[in-house]
Amino acid sequence: MNDRLYQERIVALAKAKKGAGRLASPTRSARRDNPLCGDRVTIDIALDGHGKIAEIAHQVRGCLLCQASASALASVAVGRDAAGIADLRHDAERAIGREAGEAREPFSAFAPVREHKSRQECVLLPFEALEDALS
Amino acid sequence: MSFDVAAVRRQFPILSEIIDGRPVHYLDNGASAQAPLAVLDAVRTYETTSRANVLRGVHRLAERATEAYENARIEVARFLGVQPLEIVFTGGCTAAINLVAYSYGQLLQRGDRILLSELEHHSNIVPWQLLRQRSGIELDMLPVTIDGRIDLEALPRMLSDQTRLVSLAHVSNVTGALVDVRAVVEAAKTVGARVMLDGAQRAPHGPLDLPALGVDFYAFAGHKAYGPNGVGVLWARPEVLEAMPPFHGGGSMIDRVTLAETTWAPPPRRFEAGTPPIGPAIGLGAACKWMAALDWSAAHEHEMALVQRLMDGLQGIDGTRILGPGSLQNRYPVVSFMLDGVHPHDVAQTVDAFGVAVRAGHHCAQPLMDRFDLDGTTRASMAPYNDNDDIDALLAGVKHAAKTLR
Repeated sequence: MNDRLYQERIVALAKAKKGAGRLASPTRSARRDNPLCGDRVTIDIALDGHGKIAEIAHQVRGCLLCQASASALASVAVGRDAAGIADLRHDAERAIGREAGEAREPFSAFAPVREHKSRQECVLLPFEALEDALS
Repeated sequence: MSFDVAAVRRQFPILSEIIDGRPVHYLDNGASAQAPLAVLDAVRTYETTSRANVLRGVHRLAERATEAYENARIEVARFLGVQPLEIVFTGGCTAAINLVAYSYGQLLQRGDRILLSELEHHSNIVPWQLLRQRSGIELDMLPVTIDGRIDLEALPRMLSDQTRLVSLAHVSNVTGALVDVRAVVEAAKTVGARVMLDGAQRAPHGPLDLPALGVDFYAFAGHKAYGPNGVGVLWARPEVLEAMPPFHGGGSMIDRVTLAETTWAPPPRRFEAGTPPIGPAIGLGAACKWMAALDWSAAHEHEMALVQRLMDGLQGIDGTRILGPGSLQNRYPVVSFMLDGVHPHDVAQTVDAFGVAVRAGHHCAQPLMDRFDLDGTTRASMAPYNDNDDIDALLAGVKHAAKTLR
């Protein structure tokens, strides 16, 4: 059961640590905590002149699912504005079964989280931090 | 005399549960312990033969309910070594501490100080912070030693003539450390401060003698002490309870109500407004009776042997660290640990697949996590019904997490 949750793709996304760290001169930063489990995500972004993400970095003090989600998000966030990130969030929500429809890559990797409701917020926390940074 | 764990286990039906083909290895007792048949039967008997409201009914069911409820108070009092009328049934341990913070807190004045520690559960921090907002009292925090104990060497400098109350965890819900109550009471007395213990993690490990401990308040939760949810206990010295104004207003807690004013009932009814948690209190009475019948000398030895087995096993897994005392002295069966490179939630999720229930995270002790710069820990908390198989299943799960998640 557990090995079905920690599938290779999720572990690989977490280990890739895409975008892990901080930006030297972010345009905006935001931090989000999950008060229930204590996970904490800090997101830095640099925006271009059109409100699109030019650079992104994240610092995650959280579980493997949160790390994998932040890594996946960082891998596809550049070039997107707030609407583009909202579009990605729909993908994540579809993957974990909160919305109907097929999730696209890379968030389709989170499909095993459907069966673990208590862990779904771990996947969404990086989105919430990024949405705060963009708002 | 050896401890017959199998005989204890037979009294807990849930321990025979099979989930996904695996037996339940329940090591999350610090969050909620399981209930023995004696408790389940007592609640069922109340619900099926005596269910009615207490105190004012004249019919026979109400009389039965009232008698069972007051008998529960007697059992709890016996368990704590105190008098029944000093026992207040609350909604839980958190509710008991909030009662003291609100009610005893009304007797405090701006500038009075309350001494807590860095390892307290949020329920022994936040009610006092709320009191600080309301009334302008000040809070002081005893530091924590590197091995997860309250640093009592700091007591003399942290106490002052303004300290009115010292409120500490009897046993830490994270590190399992037992506080030296005698030292705390002795020091508190030198400045005239009262002492409260949050007994949530100590009460499930055997009867207490509160007068001998010398404290002024004691709180614990029913569901952590093999009782039902929704009930807790506050004990306080009778003269302290007598001086305290009510917390909640409503039925049962009054002497006389007119539209102009109300006078209060004496304790404990003054603090039991509305319909109390009757069934849960009756269950808790049965839990206290069940605990009192256990050989706690043997049970404690058994629990600490499990702690040793777990600590030895963890030491054999590369990258594990224990947060808490390394020895078995002055500690109870709560073991928190970290596995380098693997988040505690991922450890807990992994061992769940081995049938093992543990807790992971900050354990409602974020200031303690800050003290050690930790995201959280994985915590195993034992009860007398746990056995070597439970510990071995946990160790197998932790080894698997170490192998697959880093």
